[in-house]
Amino acid sequence: MPNKSSIPLSWRLNKSIYRLVGNKCKRCGTFFFPSRDICPKCRRKGDIEEVVFSGEGEVYSYTMINVAPKGFEQQTPYLIGIIKLKEGPLITGQIVRPNNNIEIGKKVYAVFRKLTEDSKSGIIKYGFKFKIKD
Amino acid sequence: MKHVAVIGVGQTKFGELWERSLRSISLEAGIRAIEDAGIEGREIQALYIGNMSGMFTGQEHLSALAADMSGLNPIPTVRCEVACASAAAAFRQAYLSLLSGQYDIIMAAGAEKMTDLMGSGVLTTLMGAGDQEWEGSFGVTFAGLYALMARRHMHEYGTTQEQMALVSVNNHKNAVNNEYAQFRFPISVDDVLNSPIIASPLHLLDCSPITDGAAAVIMATEDAVKKLKIENPVWILGSGQASGQLALHDRESLTKIDSTIVAAKQAYEQSNLKPDDINYAEVHDCFSINEILAIEDLGFCKKGEGGKFVEDDKINTEIKINSTGGLKAIGHPVGATGIRQIIDIVRNIRDRGGIGLAQNIGGSGATCVVNILGDNYAK
Ligand SMILES: [Zn+2]
Repeated sequence: MPNKSSIPLSWRLNKSIYRLVGNKCKRCGTFFFPSRDICPKCRRKGDIEEVVFSGEGEVYSYTMINVAPKGFEQQTPYLIGIIKLKEGPLITGQIVRPNNNIEIGKKVYAVFRKLTEDSKSGIIKYGFKFKIKD
Repeated sequence: MKHVAVIGVGQTKFGELWERSLRSISLEAGIRAIEDAGIEGREIQALYIGNMSGMFTGQEHLSALAADMSGLNPIPTVRCEVACASAAAAFRQAYLSLLSGQYDIIMAAGAEKMTDLMGSGVLTTLMGAGDQEWEGSFGVTFAGLYALMARRHMHEYGTTQEQMALVSVNNHKNAVNNEYAQFRFPISVDDVLNSPIIASPLHLLDCSPITDGAAAVIMATEDAVKKLKIENPVWILGSGQASGQLALHDRESLTKIDSTIVAAKQAYEQSNLKPDDINYAEVHDCFSINEILAIEDLGFCKKGEGGKFVEDDKINTEIKINSTGGLKAIGHPVGATGIRQIIDIVRNIRDRGGIGLAQNIGGSGATCVVNILGDNYAK
């Protein structure tokens, strides 16, 4: 099984998932979230620099998930969005309720929330979700 | 240019085969292909087999197991994995190996035993074909990924849920006479729209099912076809494969699949054919929206007009698309589907001649393999 409860996996992603740390290529100006080790356009000629994203953006697409994978069964139904961040990149994440006014183009901002809880003794994973502005 | 043909095809029934094991379905498909080719079996020099995930059964290393069970040891074997496109990739690797001159006769196959795993574990395993760290970790499912594409297609081009439903309706209608299909009954647009929502806007009947099944083909070079006196070879006219971004959010658009566009261009160029020349197409309708994307990306209509193309029944009148039921109604044993598509193209060509195309997608489009086959490479 993909190790949802992997402590090393959560640990190495903490910075990005807690604080929206990504990066950009200084050579071509492209922003990346999640961060990339090399710029796909400039490849080894690129020059990568860490960036903290604002978390501001708008809904690019969305879906309400009614049938969940392992670890998310208790959360259904939940809303997943692809968010277009102000800085440019698209990013996948959950959109918190109330979400009855969801539509493409709605402004959102990132909030810090519990993502999953791995049974009574496993780890609790925190990170960003998005909330609709208004 | 050397030429390669499919000379034998075989498959199991597709469905929930609780009484069958991964090894037994792989063996059955292989034996049927050998019998169909009219060869003894000892002539096979290598085996390539598609199989998406050992997580369904716990069994990795299926290629060696399949050769062992078939008595084909000690031929070299390789298991190919590019998610749901694994079988088409096995077919293409076999094709390239034959072109290389190293071999004359190869078996390409695909097998998946999905129902050995139950419940949400299946969805988690399938999601392994997406980006685990940046999609899967937020609770996105495969239906969710295609729902995100569907929503965007509706937004940009006005595609409707009714048009998507018509894809499933047509595929169910086409599977009624397919003895290998999982679902051999017709459904209506209302049935689709009234079925439970899995990931909005996609309903249960927009989604291909969880299926067990295996499929195999025997492929041979032109010299071997002559030597074996094969009477009904179906020739590979063009083949292409491409990759794209694994995660949806890394793409410039959610309403096209670049890997399809690139793989199709390669296959059209090699075969010197155009979309207009294709008589039959097996496209990857893992979710109804993906048949609409395929129709557009393969060039059968303009971008954004796929929904209308379906609504106007051009999937039956202009070109026969998924004429045997597609993934929706035949079933989608992920690592076997690509070879099943080839087999249905071969059967169509054997019966009626002409030219067929098979498009097999891996994941949400990070891989696509397109193959074009015909009754005559000299046309
Ligand atoms: Zn760059």
